[in-house]
Amino acid sequence: MPSAVKHTLFILLPLIVVFAVLPGVYQNHLLLFNFVIFLTLAQGVNIIYGFTGYLPFGYVGFFGAGAYGFAIMVMHLQSPALPAVLVAGIVGVLLGLLLTPLLRLSGAYFAIANLAASLAVLHFVANPALESITKGPYGVSLTGTFNPTLAYSSALAVLALTLVGVVYLKNSGFGLALQAVREDAVSAAMAGVNVVKMRVIAWLVSALVAGLAGGIYAWYVSVFYPDNVFSGEFSIFAIVFALFGGVATITGPIVGVIILYGIYNLIGFTTPQYFQLIYGLLIMGLVLFLPAGLVSLATRRGWHVP
Amino acid sequence: MLTYALVAGVLFGLYFSLVGIGLNLVFGVMRIVNLAHGDTLMLGAFIALGVVALFGIDPLFAVPLAFVIFVLAGLLLYWVLVPRLQGSANPEMLSIILFFGLSQVVEAITTIFAGTSERSIQSRLLGTVFTTIKVRWFGGKPGAAGPIHIMGQGFPAPWVIAAATSLIAIALVYLYLYRTRLGTLTRAVMSRRDEALATGIDVDRVSAAAFGIGLGLAAVAGVFAPFMFGSVTPAFGADATVTSFAIVVLGSLGNPLGTALGGIVYGVCYMLVQTYLSSWADLLPYVLLILILLLRPSGLLGRRVRVA
Repeated sequence: MPSAVKHTLFILLPLIVVFAVLPGVYQNHLLLFNFVIFLTLAQGVNIIYGFTGYLPFGYVGFFGAGAYGFAIMVMHLQSPALPAVLVAGIVGVLLGLLLTPLLRLSGAYFAIANLAASLAVLHFVANPALESITKGPYGVSLTGTFNPTLAYSSALAVLALTLVGVVYLKNSGFGLALQAVREDAVSAAMAGVNVVKMRVIAWLVSALVAGLAGGIYAWYVSVFYPDNVFSGEFSIFAIVFALFGGVATITGPIVGVIILYGIYNLIGFTTPQYFQLIYGLLIMGLVLFLPAGLVSLATRRGWHVP
Repeated sequence: MLTYALVAGVLFGLYFSLVGIGLNLVFGVMRIVNLAHGDTLMLGAFIALGVVALFGIDPLFAVPLAFVIFVLAGLLLYWVLVPRLQGSANPEMLSIILFFGLSQVVEAITTIFAGTSERSIQSRLLGTVFTTIKVRWFGGKPGAAGPIHIMGQGFPAPWVIAAATSLIAIALVYLYLYRTRLGTLTRAVMSRRDEALATGIDVDRVSAAAFGIGLGLAAVAGVFAPFMFGSVTPAFGADATVTSFAIVVLGSLGNPLGTALGGIVYGVCYMLVQTYLSSWADLLPYVLLILILLLRPSGLLGRRVRVA
């Protein structure tokens, strides 16, 4: 059996089935929905950071842009929800295209520029001068399209598509080429890899994933403010979850989300400051003691982790 | 109005240079992105608040105190965090995440002890030491210092004092880098870390010093933050970090004079936008940062640096 089929059968399918069945058993649907969103975002970060080495510190920019793309479609064009979600994805890709010049930067420069870009989009959207279009800082309310069940299914579909993408990256020459570019762009170019094209494709796919997730998030919550959907927590959580599990693998980000977001929800209801403290310490511990993620515990012993 | 905006821009700009210069040292020497830079500023502000609340004296006395405390804290932090970080596969990226974690910890601890309310210091307290000296030595009436007049416009005294302190601090950094042995070594490490190591420079010692001084300068800038920004909260750090980055990148890495220039350009832009287009002023640091990174990644005064 080729490994792509194996990965689809034993990782992707069980995960989707579990999350499809859980709403019938478990009552807290919002929590399940957030799990699906973070699984998607963590895999989106995995695509760009894991396979190309660019750290998208402002990843939430695409997410928020998607959410506002959805909101504007619904508010101004009275569009039904599903086409609006597609537009959200397109808005994500367009923002990604707009930001492709950032890929010329490397290392920390890219991360900081990306962070600045996401904040610029936030301040742009939240600007009172644009109240007639985005409702500025006063937030949007989309009660007309409210349909949590369908939104949850769509989120699951996007997660499945994202996972298919990651399985493809993990098992294809394209993914291998990306990782070669990540390790040494010059050598990869010498070996005939089209470095720029590869990076741009990965970047846009990653933006698409976040845009779609943002649109579905807007659909599900239906009332939100710019600060909610552009909250830096989305970027940070997605990065930390992916990193905690281990990037450039299929299972790493999944494990990361389930463990860390699980812990988050177990302890997250007490005083926020204590939570922030624990979280900060956890992040520092992760970088200092387990920089390659949980999967490195297995790979160090020579086990193969998909 | 234009003169006011320009002079205020230069005053703010000098202060912004001080805000950014510590970050410049740390990133230039170690290639470490200190995302907790803004939180150091915030802690510096809280030292000033503490000095005023406990002793009721001029917050200027908090300047040396904050500097010494944070140089020591920086040295300690360096030895705890950095060698481990440098040993990992991708220290530059991981440093972003590591120092983000640190900034969360700092913010959380400050919130636990100080609460989330906005805090400020009465601006007439700053500089009372000068008026006291003036009264003692030259006679005259004690009283609050009024606005200081420059080119026919009145500016709040704290702005001028902060700008003057920044100017002195930048001059000292310049002397340190170009007139002392450790400073020369620091510049060597900045330009080529590997070669510096190969010529037998104790890179760790130099880096630790730069890290300590960087944090110290940030804390000094923080002392003036309550006056320049009106008030501070424990969450003030995150925005300050991005602004500092804009300033540092605008100038250039590894060049303190570049940061001074970047700060002034930033300050003047900021004041002009505030005056003429105030609702878009929030966008400025981010847009400026992206434009500069794309058009001239080496900054206004810089050599060519790395572009992928």
